[in-house]
Amino acid sequence: MARVGVFVCFCGANIADFVDVPAVVEEAKKIKEVKYAIDYKYMCSDPGQGMIRDAIVAHRLTSIVVAACSPRMHEKTFRKALSDAGMNPYLLEVANIREHSSWVHQKDKKAATEKSSDLIRMAVAKSMANEQLHEISVPVTKRALVIGGGIAGIQAALDIADARIPVVLVEKSPSIGGKMAQLDETFPTLDCSQCILTPKMVDVASHPYIELLPYSEVLELDGYVGNYKVKIKRKASYVNFDTCTGCGACWQKCPVKVPNEFNMGIDKRKAIYSPFPQAVPNKPVIDAEHCTMLIKGKCGICAKVCEKGSIDYTMQDEIIEREIGAVVVATGYDLWDPKPYEEYGVGRYKDIITSLEFERMVSASGPTGGVPVRPSDGKIPKSVVFIKCVGSRDEAKGIEYCSKICCMYTAKHAMLLHHKVHDSHAYIFYMDIRAAGKGYEEFVKRAQVETAATYLRGRVSKIYKKGDKLMVRGEDAQIGQVVEVEADLVVLATAVYPYKDNSDLARLLGISYDKYGFLSEAHPKLRPVETAKAGIFLAGCTQAPKDIPETVAQASATAAKVCGLFAGDTMLKDPMVSTVNTDYCTGCQNCVTVCPYQAIITEEIPLGHGSKEIRTVAKINEGVCQGCGSCVAICRSMAIDLAGFTDMQIINEIVSI
Amino acid sequence: MEAEVKEKIVSIEKPHVEAPPDWQPVIMGILCNWCSYAGSDLTGTSRLQYPPNIRIIRVPCSSRVDPWFIIKSLQTSADGVLISGCHPGDCHYISGNYYARRRFLVTKRLLNFVGFHEDRIQFSWVSAAEGPKFAKVVTKVTEDIKKLGPLHLYKKENISQT
Repeated sequence: MARVGVFVCFCGANIADFVDVPAVVEEAKKIKEVKYAIDYKYMCSDPGQGMIRDAIVAHRLTSIVVAACSPRMHEKTFRKALSDAGMNPYLLEVANIREHSSWVHQKDKKAATEKSSDLIRMAVAKSMANEQLHEISVPVTKRALVIGGGIAGIQAALDIADARIPVVLVEKSPSIGGKMAQLDETFPTLDCSQCILTPKMVDVASHPYIELLPYSEVLELDGYVGNYKVKIKRKASYVNFDTCTGCGACWQKCPVKVPNEFNMGIDKRKAIYSPFPQAVPNKPVIDAEHCTMLIKGKCGICAKVCEKGSIDYTMQDEIIEREIGAVVVATGYDLWDPKPYEEYGVGRYKDIITSLEFERMVSASGPTGGVPVRPSDGKIPKSVVFIKCVGSRDEAKGIEYCSKICCMYTAKHAMLLHHKVHDSHAYIFYMDIRAAGKGYEEFVKRAQVETAATYLRGRVSKIYKKGDKLMVRGEDAQIGQVVEVEADLVVLATAVYPYKDNSDLARLLGISYDKYGFLSEAHPKLRPVETAKAGIFLAGCTQAPKDIPETVAQASATAAKVCGLFAGDTMLKDPMVSTVNTDYCTGCQNCVTVCPYQAIITEEIPLGHGSKEIRTVAKINEGVCQGCGSCVAICRSMAIDLAGFTDMQIINEIVSI
Repeated sequence: MEAEVKEKIVSIEKPHVEAPPDWQPVIMGILCNWCSYAGSDLTGTSRLQYPPNIRIIRVPCSSRVDPWFIIKSLQTSADGVLISGCHPGDCHYISGNYYARRRFLVTKRLLNFVGFHEDRIQFSWVSAAEGPKFAKVVTKVTEDIKKLGPLHLYKKENISQT
């Protein structure tokens, strides 16, 4: 026999001023199942909760209806009150008479009162079908997968591993380090990027809790939070890393030359190569696309010169599997291709380069030995034009967002240019200078003073060739005139764009991404490192453009989240999940199709009791199920129901008024 | 044949029973938890006013809404139904509202076919930030249903007589 208790809240004056609360209580008492009804000024307060606890015991109540604010506000509070009284917390229903009644019908007390009574009637009816539910305990595999070995992935992996949680770090290129390894000096302190990054890279390689998988890609992710299974492809490197000492004899003798990606194609690397001298692991790989031995079966020099016999041309891609509990995605960014800026002559004029090419040139370990040169004739440029916002903040040609780092690195470039070529002059075309960050504004000021760079506020409209110079025509909006600058070299601060395979990776992982391909966080403000899929986290530029300090901070945040997830041996999960009644299930598998989480699989059960024949039915993995109810509505035979929002509960609500 | 169908269609909405002067319609509002329910809460916290005819049921996702709920509402308690979910593309459960959108189109055509005026079943997309939009939607739906009058003939107690 159901015994429902109804507790109506005044919410101070918020409800009581616009709803006749005592009348609502009287109305509630008329409902057959309601054995106890009372009002109170603040139901959520400790005495209010105490009233609920006492009444549960005193009146042997079997379910509770609290008529107060939105369940999104205090459902948890009242559930806890039920628990404290020894009652299953899911026997609670909340009638939202504040947001849905008193606050929206302030001019009609009678109607608001009637509506409040109806809402209580609905909640009481729903509670008739409430069942005792228990939080689901899910075991956790305490191992994390980090995808991407840039500074974000490195920081996340180190922080997680330092908490003595094993980490699998997957990097697609032969070495970790990412974009940061390509940088020369970093703003706003001008400390050398390699000097602060490479020790961390070495830490990763030597960390007992980190399994480093370079030259690898994630192929598949199955499972759910705490219990993922990942398939990783280890691309064939054709070099046995166990015996290779990284002596370099092979790449010195290799006759095949290929544009060097690490140096933005400014110089050449060999077909067997290690991307840069400080690479981790410092072992070469063979580029199968260009190696003549692998293409034509002729050459084999590297195998001949290798004293250790580490070269193995027969090596195949290897698929490995790991069980993990959480994923950190740190795939970083690419530079946006400035091709649409035809008026700049991108692609036509050799002396127009991107900022990352400039960065490689001024790098002490770069292809030009740290001196910027003109790609066309190798001369040292004296007059350099930097153009900011190439792609960024340009809805017509590029993208709407601000790439965030270009203002700062362009100021840095002006400084680096000044340091390397003392008699040079920098001209910087800009839209705004966005230098928000600790020490950033000061850095830009310092750059302006030290280099005496000419900052020209305005867009460039055209670049054309005059002799061996480039003429940059643009607007100086501050004097309202068109200006022309004679340049030896033009550097484009191209936009930060998501890593090109981000959307494929997102689909593979089952997480969402925006129209550009940046991966989406669960909440832009309050859950910035989580994705909507439990157990998958984001670090660095894979989510949005970021500078190094922000990236590192976010990476550490993901590590904290992963450690939090792994704090216990099991996780508790909301019990609002779907269940299948196999007696009714016809095995049509419509539910399998609609489930956005692949939480439904099929299983084979005996046709009848003790029968040898089998039939196929749906089976829901409650660890994966997020409780959306898509499968319930699609089920033809009404075999599936969603705990907490069962058909019976909702129909009860509908027919109660 | 077509005339016969039309005759039947007319029969649910008409003969139009004159509503008593103090008649107020009941509208069943089924809202998804993450967008529209949150949006309706925001309408409340912003103290935006709308007609008091709607009774709101919370479901996790608009894809949870079985056409059965709509039919049952019209059959027993409501003169109109409003279903609201996240904007397409914004579903908290990735793709639920796309299924809902297709299902509702079919349901609406079916109910329209059996004789319900199309305004009795309405759908909207209201995000958690669209408090004013929710007030506007409810006001419009209420006005639409008021114009249509009470839904008598399909109600259980009347079915045997007609």
